Amino acid sequence: MKVYIRSAVSISAQNTFGNAPFLKDIIEYTSPRLKAIEPDYKSYIDARLIRRMSRIIRMGVAAAKESLTEAGVAMPDAIVTGTAYGCLEDTGIFLSRMIEQEEEALSPTAFIQSTHNTVGAQIALMLQCHQYNNTFVHKGFSFESALQDAIMLLQEQEATNVLTGAADELTDASYAVLNRFNLYKKEPVSNLSLYQSASPGTIAGEGTAFFVLSDQPGRHDLGVLTGLQTFYRHSGPTEVSERITTFLASNDLNAEDIDLVITGKNGDLDTDELIDQWYNPLFKPQQQINYKHLSGEYPTASSFALWLAARIIKTKAIPALVKAKTLTQSTKTVLIVNQYQNKYYSLMLLSAI
Amino acid sequence: MSANVYIAGLGVISGIGNNVSEHLAAFEKGKAGMADITWLKTRYAHEIPAAEVKQTNAQLAGKAGMDAGLSRTALLSMIAAREALADADISNFHSLRSGFVSANTVGGMDKTEDFFAEFMNDNASGDLQQVVNHECGSVTELVANELGIKDQVTTISTACSSSANAIFYAARLIKNGFLDVAIAGGVDSLTRFTLNGFNTLMILDRHFCKPFDENRQGLNLGEGAGYVVLVSEQVAQLLNKQPYARLSGYQNSNDAYHQTASSPEGTGPYLAMKGALKKSGLKPEDIDYINLHGTGTANNDQSEGTAVKRLFGPRYPKMSSTKSFTGHTLGASGGIEAVFSVLAVKHGIIYPNLRFETPMADMPFRPVKEFLKGQTVNHVLSNSFGFGGNCTSLIFSKV
Repeated sequence: MKVYIRSAVSISAQNTFGNAPFLKDIIEYTSPRLKAIEPDYKSYIDARLIRRMSRIIRMGVAAAKESLTEAGVAMPDAIVTGTAYGCLEDTGIFLSRMIEQEEEALSPTAFIQSTHNTVGAQIALMLQCHQYNNTFVHKGFSFESALQDAIMLLQEQEATNVLTGAADELTDASYAVLNRFNLYKKEPVSNLSLYQSASPGTIAGEGTAFFVLSDQPGRHDLGVLTGLQTFYRHSGPTEVSERITTFLASNDLNAEDIDLVITGKNGDLDTDELIDQWYNPLFKPQQQINYKHLSGEYPTASSFALWLAARIIKTKAIPALVKAKTLTQSTKTVLIVNQYQNKYYSLMLLSAI
Repeated sequence: MSANVYIAGLGVISGIGNNVSEHLAAFEKGKAGMADITWLKTRYAHEIPAAEVKQTNAQLAGKAGMDAGLSRTALLSMIAAREALADADISNFHSLRSGFVSANTVGGMDKTEDFFAEFMNDNASGDLQQVVNHECGSVTELVANELGIKDQVTTISTACSSSANAIFYAARLIKNGFLDVAIAGGVDSLTRFTLNGFNTLMILDRHFCKPFDENRQGLNLGEGAGYVVLVSEQVAQLLNKQPYARLSGYQNSNDAYHQTASSPEGTGPYLAMKGALKKSGLKPEDIDYINLHGTGTANNDQSEGTAVKRLFGPRYPKMSSTKSFTGHTLGASGGIEAVFSVLAVKHGIIYPNLRFETPMADMPFRPVKEFLKGQTVNHVLSNSFGFGGNCTSLIFSKV
């Protein structure tokens, strides 16, 4: 499989959008909730629409449009989106008004914008794109499902350029609820020392990333996606390790061939320990980087990992992510091993052009 | 890799029945599922009719073999998915690569809306068990876990076209060699969230809906689940029976007109139907029956009707909206109507469009009014269109 990454655009808790130098200044957060940094939307979205749109819609649409611009594609052949939680802000607004007003005198706007396919639909509407349009909403595999659909469309020759991505937003309500499930750290923590925190819980995040993928090589491709696999639940580090080895073997690679492994470590004591258990016997410490201290943890955070991998493989540079490491021109292969809540594992393999 | 994908099993639950045979009986009797809202707690109980599944959560949980505290969405999904899998009667199911591709729009919202009332007053209160399965994907996962499926499990949510997209995505997973067999379709339960949402849009008929009628006043909401079991050519050959039908065509197109309204030209519906025909290698005159999206809203039926006119005129196949029986089951409708479409092919039957009286002014066709048996039904087109301009058409063909 060879899927060419024409463009990769991210809006995240870091300065990742627009002309910002590639993760030059990492933003430090000291609370366990990282908020996406919203760009100036004026050049992407009609000013009247911006006000009406919730954050997830604004972020998703802007990232999608920028992704098309970077790829030099005016009209994609398909739009495939992933979101685990969907449009939480609008859902919360409609839900609370419905309860407060006892089902009377409600306005439809929040309801209309609450459906899970709103981001994909708004992109289609703005582009006047009548092509294939799909939205996956499967928890920690929402982005991976979208990616799988995009890859199949290319392989079926149904499409030459697919716009695909993911978006998830965190709201005050969703943070409060998820925090009660003990997902996040209870004490203040710096994201810059997340992996040394040695306590339960992670840091919450949100964001969006969009990509234009093609079945044909282009002049400015960032890299090539050569493999994607997911597995749901596992019996322990041995199974994870076996699945990684088999995945690499099916791509004629072994662990030593991988220049860089991006793991899904998120600062949660148990999660990170389990990752160490499969990582250490398989790979060397200098191959490893992590990303969730930058993006925070959320079900579609793997889209940030793919953005990061694509940028790294293009620029051959690892920005101050992990101080000890630098990449050389010989860096050819990046493996992403993401996990979400230790249940949703995804493997993505990228090669340099 | 499998060039063709076959339908080997069917499962359905809706306001007109709890399984396939009850649905066939209701169609033959012309018995609609709409009534006063009985199970959902809402101030509109006696004002807006809906087609609820006529069971309490405890009764559904008993049938599903699941905890009665779970979302009604998961219970409905489990009942129909299990019926479909049992119907397919695949003896070596657990040695095959299997998938569950489901769709819904509400997820566990029926529980979340109870939780939220308490949570709004104090964000430390509210029973967390009521929101633990809020996500659309959680509902799919609960059922997949019960069925023991883990090779490919995913969820699609594209409003009212959701489960039609789930069916053809699953078919593509089989065609691309990822799976041997997949249960695909969708589910939605009636919630206050959706009832009030559609009510604010002023598209809910206060009486039983009249799809494709000149005097239609809007849609009735319904709830339910519908699944088909899709199998590869290889698996089809090993089945204990002849498959019901073949999924011969599919197309997902976007209307790109408005977030909720459909274009007057029916651009999305037209492209979806035309694309599905192209994929199946069929001509418009090959279609024997169209299971219309036919919600009963002024806007949908005008848009869909215009698209039908553009594509099929002047020779129209038989057509009807089974939403005149089940109400609009939203994310479940594509799955439920796929089951009906496959049954039409299998049994040579056409369903009536209940309460149709007056043809739409500018539409030179009439939906079928009677239950028809002994028909030649080689190819059925099933339409599912939704918010966000998401339009999907599927074609089921005789084997």
